[in-house]
Amino acid sequence: MSITQILFWVLTAMAIGSSLMMITRKNPVYSVLWLIMTFFAISGHYLLMNAQFLFIVNLIVYTGAIMVLFLYVLMLIDLRHDTEPRKNKWLKFAGAVAGGCLLLVIVAALKDSDIKSNVVQTGEGDIGLIANLGKALFNEYVVPFEISSILFLSAMVGAVVIGKKE
Amino acid sequence: MQTLTNRSKPVNRKPMTWLEKLYVWNIAKGMAVTFIHIFKRKATISYPEQKRSFSKVFRGLHILNRDEEGRERCTACGLCAVACPAEAITMEAAERQKGEEHLYREEKYAAKYEINMLRCIFCGLCEEACPKDAIYLSQTFAPANYGRAGFIYGKENLLIPNPKEDPEGFNKARGERVMS
Amino acid sequence: MHLLAIDWFLLIEKAILILLIVTVCLVTAMYATWGERKVAAIIQDRRGPNRAGPFGLFQPLADGLKLFMKEEIIPNASVKFLFVLGPGIAMVTALMTSAVIPWGGTIHIFGRDIALQIADINVGILFVFAIVSMGVYGIMIGGWASNNKFSLLAAIRGASQMISYELPMGLALISLLMVTGSVRLGVFVDQQVNGVWNVVYQPLGFFIFFICALAECNRTPFDLPEAENELNFGYHQEYSSMKLGFYLFAEYINMFISGVVMSTLYFGGYDIPFVNEAAFGDVWWIGALEFLALMAKGLIFVFIFMWIRWTIPRFRYDQLMDLGWKKLVPLALLNMLITAVVVLWRN
Repeated sequence: MSITQILFWVLTAMAIGSSLMMITRKNPVYSVLWLIMTFFAISGHYLLMNAQFLFIVNLIVYTGAIMVLFLYVLMLIDLRHDTEPRKNKWLKFAGAVAGGCLLLVIVAALKDSDIKSNVVQTGEGDIGLIANLGKALFNEYVVPFEISSILFLSAMVGAVVIGKKE
Repeated sequence: MQTLTNRSKPVNRKPMTWLEKLYVWNIAKGMAVTFIHIFKRKATISYPEQKRSFSKVFRGLHILNRDEEGRERCTACGLCAVACPAEAITMEAAERQKGEEHLYREEKYAAKYEINMLRCIFCGLCEEACPKDAIYLSQTFAPANYGRAGFIYGKENLLIPNPKEDPEGFNKARGERVMS
Repeated sequence: MHLLAIDWFLLIEKAILILLIVTVCLVTAMYATWGERKVAAIIQDRRGPNRAGPFGLFQPLADGLKLFMKEEIIPNASVKFLFVLGPGIAMVTALMTSAVIPWGGTIHIFGRDIALQIADINVGILFVFAIVSMGVYGIMIGGWASNNKFSLLAAIRGASQMISYELPMGLALISLLMVTGSVRLGVFVDQQVNGVWNVVYQPLGFFIFFICALAECNRTPFDLPEAENELNFGYHQEYSSMKLGFYLFAEYINMFISGVVMSTLYFGGYDIPFVNEAAFGDVWWIGALEFLALMAKGLIFVFIFMWIRWTIPRFRYDQLMDLGWKKLVPLALLNMLITAVVVLWRN
């Protein structure tokens, strides 16, 4: 086994393990912390794929900003058990069914696609570097890119409107 | 409101301009002030090596005075204890025996003389009350101590060195205040 | 066996380099605490620490010893693991940034070319940015795990402050990236060694970056997370002993590192001003001199940080947010726009 492979398996185990921990924790703050671990592992995978830019942006945006805000909100919530609303048994059942359906759809969609035949390139390929990514974004995908930025802008305006209501 | 004196300066409540709200200019002025202070003379006196000189009327720790022949002046009359507003002074009198004339000036002397320096307010009333010029406030102050007992000064702490045996110590302990 | 195919000399070289740089950072931070007290003293017409050793130079050792000897208190109601983890994260994130900074040029020694940089990764400045944004976890986790309302408030303040000031910092950085056209820190320095320092092109950008660096280091006037008068001691209120020491230490390391980063980005990095290094040819001591030049630049920034601390009072929380979002962000955007126009026009 080369170092790359060892790292790959370690990171994979870390990603899956910490995401499992994340969904099984009772305390939401722990969940967020495990989610941060998951993001670290996934960033590590980007690095193995020679996509340093994606790696660092994943770190900056997800672990550095979004999860901080998550944690920020969760720390303000009263987390004692007795204040937690009792969940309806049927609601839980419905949730499980819905989640299962989503899983089924994803598996069915991926089963016939050609993604599974593509082996991940580790340590080579340069699509994740800044120059290539920038060219791809601003040439082929310029319309979706701009539309998504408009989406963000509208979300921001919406947030301001909701915040200003009172 | 009408001002009584011309010294007061009305507060400027003009709203800040955009430039002022950036604070940059005022911060720069403040930084200049602090930078100038780097080169100013330091006010600190490095204590054990350097000592602040006290004024001539400084009232510090008490001393029990002796006369020129080295005899204790105190007669344990108790006037200082009565005069003391903080009730810091206690004493016990004793009679002078034969052969002790070189030790005590009068027939009665203080066998025990204690001043509680934690109670003392260093007002100097004991000094004024004393008819025999026996107690003086010197120009030293009480050093720090770990326990309260250390602040109760007995005769062994208060007595001035004998002018015959140790004239230098006598003069030093007497300081500049004791005139007689 | 791939495992054995590593260049062992490279490994040893890097290990020594890492050890060296971490030691330099720690010692600098140690003496920064001494420097802070000295600077505070001379600005306030005092003398500062002068008892422990000549000029009080052993004061940091005495402080460190004191912190080690203090009783270690972990509150019963705290979350024990996270409580210990908090200072650790603060320390690690403070030190990690030093890995991508070019501390000097390449030196030839023992027949090898040794670059005085632990890792010249091709996303250098973004890495610094990522680690800085990670630094907030130390404060947040520590503050939350303490189970103290003051600590929690401080943690929340710290988080919102850091997120708010990362934004103008990033925008200021983007305009700098437009000028240099690279995110590799080595390229930044090379360009400045051969040309003009970036601060000439980006004075406004530097100004914004500097203010944001103050905020990211939680230095006065932005030290709201540890506001002594309103939050007692802020996020490290429940901490004692060396865990408190780690938090305080991390602040000083952050200060030094951000000084060095600012020198690297805007003030020529290890470039010795007014001296053409290439003229001396291949001698080993030029590397050492360059390293000292960078240290000096970093320490000047540390001094300015301290100078500001002993001049300006703390911002109020709404003023802080106001400055960040309503002043610095538009200013940074304007700077970005002007830079973009100029760069396009010159091309």
